[in-house]
Amino acid sequence: MSPPAKDVSRRGFLAALKPQNVALAVAGSTVWAYVTGESRASVPARRPPGARDESAFLASCIKCSQCVEACPYDTLQVATAGDGEAIGVPYFEPRKVPCYMCPDTPCIAACPTDALLPDTPIEEAEMGLAVLVDQENCLAYKGLRCEVCYRACPLIGRAIGLEFRPNERTGKHALFIPVVNSDACTGCGRCEHACVLEEAAIKVLSVEQARGKLGENYRFGWLEDAEISPDFEAPMAAPDLPQWRDGLERVLEQMDDLSGIEEP
Amino acid sequence: MGQTRREFVKTAVAASVATGIGIPVSAGAREKVAELHKDWKWDKSVCRFCGVGCGIMMATKDGRVVSVKGDPESPVNRGLNCIKGYFNAKIMYGEDRLTKPLLRMKDGRYDKKGRFAPVSWEQAFDVMEAKFKEYYGKHGPSSVAIFGSGQYTIDEGYAAVKFMKAGVRSNNIDPNARHCMASAVAGFIQTFGIDEPPGCYDDIELTDAVVSWGANMAECHPILWSRVTDRKLTHPKTKVVNLTTFGNRTSDIADLEIIFEPQTDLAIMNFIARHMIEKGAIDKKFIDDHCVFATGPTDIGYGLPADHPREQGQKMRGKAGAHWTITFEEFKKALEPYTADYVSKLSKVPKKQLVELADLYSDRKRKIISFWTMGFNQHTRGTWVNEQIYAIHLLGGKMSTPGSGAFSLTGQPSACGTAREVGTFAHRLPSDMVVANAGHRAKSEKLWHLPPKTLNPKVGTHAVKMMRELRSGGVRFFWAQVTNPFQDFANANEWVKAAREGDNFIVVSDAYPTVSAKVADLVLPAAMIYEKWGAYGNAERRTQHWRQQVKAPGEAKADIWQTMEFSKRFKLKEVWGEQPLPGLKAAGFADGKLPDVLPEAKKMGYDPEQTLYDVLFARAEYKKYAWPDPIANGHPNDVAEDAGFFVQKALWAEYREFGLGNGHDLADFDTYHRVRGLRWPVVNGRETQWRFKEGYDPYVKPGKGYDFYGKALKKIPSGSLKGEKTDVSGRAKIFFRPYAEPAESPDKDYDLWLCTGRVLEHWHSGSMTKRVPELNRAVPYAVCWMHPDDAKKRGLARNDEVVLESRRGKVRVRVDTEGRNRPPIGLVFVPWFDENVLINKLTLDATCPISKETDYKKCAVRVRKA
Repeated sequence: MSPPAKDVSRRGFLAALKPQNVALAVAGSTVWAYVTGESRASVPARRPPGARDESAFLASCIKCSQCVEACPYDTLQVATAGDGEAIGVPYFEPRKVPCYMCPDTPCIAACPTDALLPDTPIEEAEMGLAVLVDQENCLAYKGLRCEVCYRACPLIGRAIGLEFRPNERTGKHALFIPVVNSDACTGCGRCEHACVLEEAAIKVLSVEQARGKLGENYRFGWLEDAEISPDFEAPMAAPDLPQWRDGLERVLEQMDDLSGIEEP
Repeated sequence: MGQTRREFVKTAVAASVATGIGIPVSAGAREKVAELHKDWKWDKSVCRFCGVGCGIMMATKDGRVVSVKGDPESPVNRGLNCIKGYFNAKIMYGEDRLTKPLLRMKDGRYDKKGRFAPVSWEQAFDVMEAKFKEYYGKHGPSSVAIFGSGQYTIDEGYAAVKFMKAGVRSNNIDPNARHCMASAVAGFIQTFGIDEPPGCYDDIELTDAVVSWGANMAECHPILWSRVTDRKLTHPKTKVVNLTTFGNRTSDIADLEIIFEPQTDLAIMNFIARHMIEKGAIDKKFIDDHCVFATGPTDIGYGLPADHPREQGQKMRGKAGAHWTITFEEFKKALEPYTADYVSKLSKVPKKQLVELADLYSDRKRKIISFWTMGFNQHTRGTWVNEQIYAIHLLGGKMSTPGSGAFSLTGQPSACGTAREVGTFAHRLPSDMVVANAGHRAKSEKLWHLPPKTLNPKVGTHAVKMMRELRSGGVRFFWAQVTNPFQDFANANEWVKAAREGDNFIVVSDAYPTVSAKVADLVLPAAMIYEKWGAYGNAERRTQHWRQQVKAPGEAKADIWQTMEFSKRFKLKEVWGEQPLPGLKAAGFADGKLPDVLPEAKKMGYDPEQTLYDVLFARAEYKKYAWPDPIANGHPNDVAEDAGFFVQKALWAEYREFGLGNGHDLADFDTYHRVRGLRWPVVNGRETQWRFKEGYDPYVKPGKGYDFYGKALKKIPSGSLKGEKTDVSGRAKIFFRPYAEPAESPDKDYDLWLCTGRVLEHWHSGSMTKRVPELNRAVPYAVCWMHPDDAKKRGLARNDEVVLESRRGKVRVRVDTEGRNRPPIGLVFVPWFDENVLINKLTLDATCPISKETDYKKCAVRVRKA
């Protein structure tokens, strides 16, 4: 029996998960410690859809609140003193009201500058990135059939998928582990909003906060070379001779230092 | 307590992690945990929600439920729960819990047009009694009705049946389970002669293939699906197939997802049977030794009122369940038209997928389970489609065998335990007996200590008929217990109108102000599951009991208390005298009336002045079951406190008598409080995993291999309806059933199919789960899932508010074109949990003519922007 198309796309989804996202999930508790610091304001801002990268966004946002006015769900708020944000800029807190991903993005349409890039399709927005930050308390990791975040995801199967693992404790059930795919996640926060825990185990972080970065020194042998990033500069490229020579002299100097070997 | 929250969490985690993986916990940490939990009392219980029947442990402190955990000892779930089960502790604590009876009043008196006002229980029963007796006196037992539930505890379902059938001599009691698994019941009775699945959940860990037919198990049976997923992960040979009319989460682990045109499952099944025969993949010996071929009439209608256009020319609508034996050659010939080409065209399923599916069933070396739920049962040919799946399994000899079988799942926690086993149906008595059978009535009269001919031989009004009679005036006193009918019934607008505008009296017992409570004339505040003793029976025949954990709030009372209190209002002379019963025609009875049994009652020592409570519930032998009882282990029992004896235990002992030696053996009351449930029949202390199979089922004699010993419908005509009767005892029937058109299909005016169902986060009408803030936040409202092309064609986008309407009603709802459900072009799916999106205003009250179960999966609708 050949696998039907449906199955291929599911496998495609899991295969498409970039290693850094898996790494994110594993490193969850570190991020968690950061997020649950004393000050709630330390949670990085989630910007409206289409927002340029943070510095460009802050430079071009004129704090006119038009996007906030245009939002039909009162998702967007204007930062005021004490929010830990630059006063007047738009942001949202998914746990209160997530972004419902209007297909016609009235917020972007309302932006008089290009702080929100015109014509950004909503499914390509990068408002933030969902991260399952707390595996220790996530019910899915315990084997409970929760995965509320997965089913709440408007891009279910693309932005959040499930990974199935046998539940070795019971011996006859499975774990249904939610896994975020950063390529598809828009940071809308429906997952964080829906999480049934008293404090959400899955949180939308700013993309900068959420993303790890692989060192370029190692390649995953089972992945194609296409993984090399376009702006790749090989750090281990053969140095010119003077550098080598200087380096060698330093090495030789070290070789002369026998202080740890000789009897005092 | 001098411990910060952080310290508490750390200690608790240390202890739980350590116990989980066997690291010794420091004495200090253990003491701290013990100190924190010292006044917590843990006790075994059962999840309130679906038919899977997960065990839970519940902790109480100071009269409140403080915590719940999955019961690690439960063989069903081994400590796990789904997200609804996780919140069992919170379902009782909604802010709008009903705590006092509410009656519609005007100027200090009951008035149907009045507004609700709180009244005492005494006042509530006074009005209820007056209205009941007004209608009963004028129109007799057929004018009163109870609409019950597959969420009744076993004892309260039993008490309700006894009150109605033995007390007021009305068979008008039917459960919401009629909407849920009546087709499964009819399928079981016609095929095997006895109700409920032969196999059990252990099949999952033994099988090589799981086929889900019209059951979104990933969302609706979450913990069972977790077991299926584990089998798929750990047993590489396992194949999973999802047959459905819309894409859903059950496809996540499926090797094959088959989306078929609604109603064509009938044809697909015939293709499979045809393919099996063609490939020589049938088990001839099994068939010869244990089966017989059968079929029935085809012009049986759609369960709609007789004047409906769809019913015209349907000559056998009154005899839909009749059937006769046929030969294998006739069976084979009947399947002939169902070629891959024909079925592919009809079902819109690619031929390749049909063959792949049929090959799976044809693989002689493969063990296979078929699961189904509402996609089969809620079907205008629900009984047929149930029978067809048994036919496929029986043809392959893959039934009642570890790892193989056709397994009917249930949606409610006690659809099996109460609705079916107790028999809270219009035609049933306990233990698979029926009111139309004189022998069954006699046995029940004996066990219930009733004078002969007390029981009414005329089948009562089934659920759908109950509503139709509320409209026509046939039923005038209507009492809903543990269910929310005015949200649940298809074609809801009609019934709300009938209830509000008719000359009738509507009583609703509920915990929250549901849609039904709002429609009622009198609302009785009900105790919820953990506020009373009870027992449920799950889909694998597992009976599970629990103790009362906490007291109900305010004046809320258990349903069994309500039934018994109401029975105190009736003297024998008011109900056991002659009663008019229009339409009654039965051997031994005068036409149109139930006989006066008071003279016989007097001979038995009864006094006509005694109440039904005295005779049905407070019998001397009942009172021997004393309260308190050591089995309570310190737990309260408000019902027993009031009655002065251990009511639930006494009723259990009597109920148990019905099933002993009859294939329905249950253990004694105390045993169930010591175990994690037992699968009946329980004989000599042993439960039964696989019925009908030698070596597992104590009712199968050595040497037989299999014995389909169910007694019902085993003497049937041969060759045709008028053929000579033949005895097919010990055999299962392999039915041929043809394809039949749906009752209503999309057309130019109403151009979309509507399918309704559930989401994982909410259960049934949402009256409990919508009150758990976390679940409500997770899924705050119902949406209408639609194919993106269908939306585009109508100028609609995701999140748009639309009006969805059928010929019967309309709702406003938001559109979703993505997300968990993926309807094909031409079909929309709307879950029914949301009282603000009353989708049953749109659905059609067409039923399977045999089972009388409504088809909630198919009707025609259209959509426009709001």
